[in-house]
Amino acid sequence: MEVMKTYKMFIGGAFPRTESGRYYELTNPKGEFVANICRGSRKDFRNAAVAARAAQKSWAGKSAYNRSQIIYRIAEIMQQRKSQFVEELTKLGYTAAKANKEFDAAIDLLVYYAGWCDKYVQVSSAVNPVASSHFNFSIPEPTGLVSVIAHQDGPLVGLLQAFVPAIVGGNAVVVLASEKYAMSAVSLAEVLATSDVPGGVVNILTGFASELAPIMASHMDVNALVTFGLDRPLITSIAEACADSVKRLRIHPDIPTKGSLDLIMELQEIKTTWHPIEKISSSGSAY
Amino acid sequence: MLEHFKPVDQTAIEERCARIRTRSIKKGAKIEGLKMALGMIDLTTLEGKDTPGKVTQLCYKATHLHDELPNLPHVAAVCVYPTFVEQAVSLLKGSGVKVASVATGFPAGQTSREVKLADVKMAVDAGADEVDMVISRGEFLKGNHQFVFNEIAAVKETCGDARLKVILETGELGTLDNVAKASQIAIQAGADFIKTSTGKIKPAATMEVTLVMLEVIRDHYFETGRMVGMKPAGGISNAKLALHYLVMVKEILGEAWLDNHWFRFGASSLANDLILQLMKQETGVYQSGNYIALD
Repeated sequence: MEVMKTYKMFIGGAFPRTESGRYYELTNPKGEFVANICRGSRKDFRNAAVAARAAQKSWAGKSAYNRSQIIYRIAEIMQQRKSQFVEELTKLGYTAAKANKEFDAAIDLLVYYAGWCDKYVQVSSAVNPVASSHFNFSIPEPTGLVSVIAHQDGPLVGLLQAFVPAIVGGNAVVVLASEKYAMSAVSLAEVLATSDVPGGVVNILTGFASELAPIMASHMDVNALVTFGLDRPLITSIAEACADSVKRLRIHPDIPTKGSLDLIMELQEIKTTWHPIEKISSSGSAY
Repeated sequence: MLEHFKPVDQTAIEERCARIRTRSIKKGAKIEGLKMALGMIDLTTLEGKDTPGKVTQLCYKATHLHDELPNLPHVAAVCVYPTFVEQAVSLLKGSGVKVASVATGFPAGQTSREVKLADVKMAVDAGADEVDMVISRGEFLKGNHQFVFNEIAAVKETCGDARLKVILETGELGTLDNVAKASQIAIQAGADFIKTSTGKIKPAATMEVTLVMLEVIRDHYFETGRMVGMKPAGGISNAKLALHYLVMVKEILGEAWLDNHWFRFGASSLANDLILQLMKQETGVYQSGNYIALD
């Protein structure tokens, strides 16, 4: 007997259907039915935001080395399921060669970002020269709860670029997957669920950006909204809500093809500390 | 004392609670319900590390839940240890917020009758409007129901005009039958309120336990015409759950009990979640706890 898979969302480490009971049909380029996908609602986003907020602190509190291991682990588990990811892409019109290339690039990206976990803080911190008797230094700290709208044309690389830089830096994320490549996103969620990523650190919703973007933008407990390839008019309409809730808004027109430190650092806040020191002699530092 | 005792049908209780959990209250009724729940809270701090500073803060919170939101009620009472009653009474004078004090060797109650009554007297003399006592669970579980009855009656007498809440500590009673029995004993011994838990033992208040206690209150009312109050305490930390409790009270006991003279929530973090939900209703936007004072 052959059974069909139900594509569900990923919230707080569990796989619920949307509370709204709605779905949309995914079709291939020929217009043939491929799968039913949950059409996430405002309440699904609310639940995901609560789960992410609850998970963020302990995730940021893990050692950098441990976060690195966990992100590398995602790559390990994903590699095991290569055939599944390739098959889902070919169903949507990818050639086998193109699907393989996308998959390999995704693995490379995970390994790249895993390496950054215990390095971005050193690279981005500074000891600042000041004219008073203070030891003055600046370090990055996670922004907190981040919502991301992934690029519509990015099945794997686009999705990973949307959330991995955020979790490298100790944030928790709620990511809205591409409408078209929702199957890949749900399969990636199944990888996350089995690769030591604590429940709630990454939450993946499926649905329509036009419907969920305003909710993400106005939610008072979301600290940043990152968008990839979102329409200009839609961005304009949500920018004001982002400002009302003092939310960082980052706009990327395209999918960044390579991993970069900038994507990690745009979801960090720089904290500068003025630490008083006593200078009692001319023979050097007192700290 | 328990000659008319009827065993509790656990399955029926669970099913009824499950049905109540499916109720959904929206819009205007939800706003009314949230405000009602706010006004029923006994804002509580019962920790070894409590200080006068913490109590001052709590009393301020009791009367200023969230000043940015107009027309919010104040909470029903603050609940503190006897040592802080005098301070709380002077801070809350004229505000309408009652001062409740735990007593009788809270939370374990493992001490002599003399010490327990002295504890109650200390709270009452300091001006407590309400006394929250604990029953002797050990004696109850031994089957020494008369001891428990006598103790409650003695405390009630010492309370004078202060209203007496009797904490059953249902998490230690083991069965719903025991909860029903302890409720009956407490009510017959003169309790003005029966209360589920100290908050120090898990599980604390559950809907099932509360339903059993509400039914005992209802039966007693039908028998004697005397109203007894109910206070679930511990573990009720979100607005949705609080609304489910209110639905249950209305269904079992009726409108008369939907008043903070007869129904209370023993909680500390519930207030902020209720405020968050009220702000959501007001603004249409999901809110963040960062914008509400913790205490």
